[in-house]
Amino acid sequence: MSWMTNALKPIGLVWFANFLTSSIGKKLLMSLSGLFLILFLPVHLIGNLQLLTKDAGVSFNLYSYFMTHNPLIKTVSYLLYLSIILHTIQGLLLWRKNKKARGNIGYAVSALRGDGTNVKAASNMAWLGIIIFVFIAVHMYQFWLQMKLGKVPMVMIEGTEYKNLYEPVVLAFSNPGFVVFYVVSMIIIGIHLNHGFQSSFQTLGLNHKKYTPFIKYIGRIYAFIIPFGFAIIPIIVYGRNNLWW
Amino acid sequence: MKLTLKIWRQPSQNVKGKFETYSLDNVSEHMSFLEMLDVLNEKLSFEQKVPIAFEHDCREGICGTCSLVINGQPHGPLQGTTTCQLHMRNFKDGETIVIEPYRASAFPVLKDLSVDRGALDRIIQAGGFISVSTGQAQDANAIPIEKDVASHAFDAATCIGCGACVAACPNSSAMLFTSAKVAHLALLPQGKVEAQKRVLNMVRQMDLENFGNCSNITACEAECPKGISVSNIALMNREFLSASFSSNDAN
Repeated sequence: MSWMTNALKPIGLVWFANFLTSSIGKKLLMSLSGLFLILFLPVHLIGNLQLLTKDAGVSFNLYSYFMTHNPLIKTVSYLLYLSIILHTIQGLLLWRKNKKARGNIGYAVSALRGDGTNVKAASNMAWLGIIIFVFIAVHMYQFWLQMKLGKVPMVMIEGTEYKNLYEPVVLAFSNPGFVVFYVVSMIIIGIHLNHGFQSSFQTLGLNHKKYTPFIKYIGRIYAFIIPFGFAIIPIIVYGRNNLWW
Repeated sequence: MKLTLKIWRQPSQNVKGKFETYSLDNVSEHMSFLEMLDVLNEKLSFEQKVPIAFEHDCREGICGTCSLVINGQPHGPLQGTTTCQLHMRNFKDGETIVIEPYRASAFPVLKDLSVDRGALDRIIQAGGFISVSTGQAQDANAIPIEKDVASHAFDAATCIGCGACVAACPNSSAMLFTSAKVAHLALLPQGKVEAQKRVLNMVRQMDLENFGNCSNITACEAECPKGISVSNIALMNREFLSASFSSNDAN
């Protein structure tokens, strides 16, 4: 009896607890939370691209105001935080369980091969995920928390005062060490997504001769374009700060 | 051929094992891998040493008794082949071959290269059968079933339960094995009757046996001597999802 079974028993959902705590149920949670994060990334990227507009941060600050004040977006953002936490904790628990299932003695010779996915990425999802989580933690502290605590300067746009998130972001992107950390993290996210995108469909049982090749194709493109889009922004901003272009 | 063999030796389940190195001369390239081990065992017996324990039965590639991880690969380097059907011509003269048992907590080593794969039997006992009356042989022929579906079911049924999927999986997951059995029976009209109960019970038993979870690494499919496809895992996930939400089982 897991704690979840005990928790859901009084409301008559023992079967649902059993489902969620089964090996397939656990992977399903990973898949659904992962897919939700996959949906979120392009939205985030569209916002970040506002940083490239040459208007001293007006469009970016208006965008960040919208993101922090629109009730629908605020609701979805709580779902997003929940997904990140769920995906991380569940991932770590599965990682621990899988290591235990493998046992203490590994193979003297390792010759891992697979079909139709990046085997190296697939077998290192936990490590990649841990690096991504560290990035998200730094990222949330640096931008999200400062914004929430109101530790960002204010700016006047057309007679109204807005939080000037543009300034700390551009300042962070003027640090070459941070730019490298950011770009490397994006590469790691790309590798994680390269396996994760198509893997989440397979886990949901969505494997079909007509659609799977297409899902794998889109997944590879997505895993390249989205991290590339994120990574290019600090590089462009850094270049601008140093008058490279 | 002259070979150097690094073989895992372990006297019993709870005793620590280690690799021993043996050299073997005059190995014919026509020998199967198991015949090569037979020759080594004869030599060891002649020298009053304990022969190496390994499992084998039909030696025709159809029973699933042989195992071994050869140079890091379950059933060796040749794809779609069991160890008993792997011949020494696939190795080079003077080569060093590392032979290990399957590694998984659910498959404890009994002795040397022999492991206990009883966990797979218990998964089958949990639901890998049809208990409703399906009539006589001619009744099966009278049931209309599309050729493609029959072929799909047959492909899944070719699983010999050797456990190479578990051995190959970095998570030691038994999803490919379990899904092959679930798919085989769920696709056929006779198996559909108990499909929901079957998938729930088999997945439950699989979880009890301490196998790992599927990360869709696909090493199982790559190493499976019968080429069982990971699409069966997706099919099992669908079956499990629908059975969890709609079966008559209150739990």
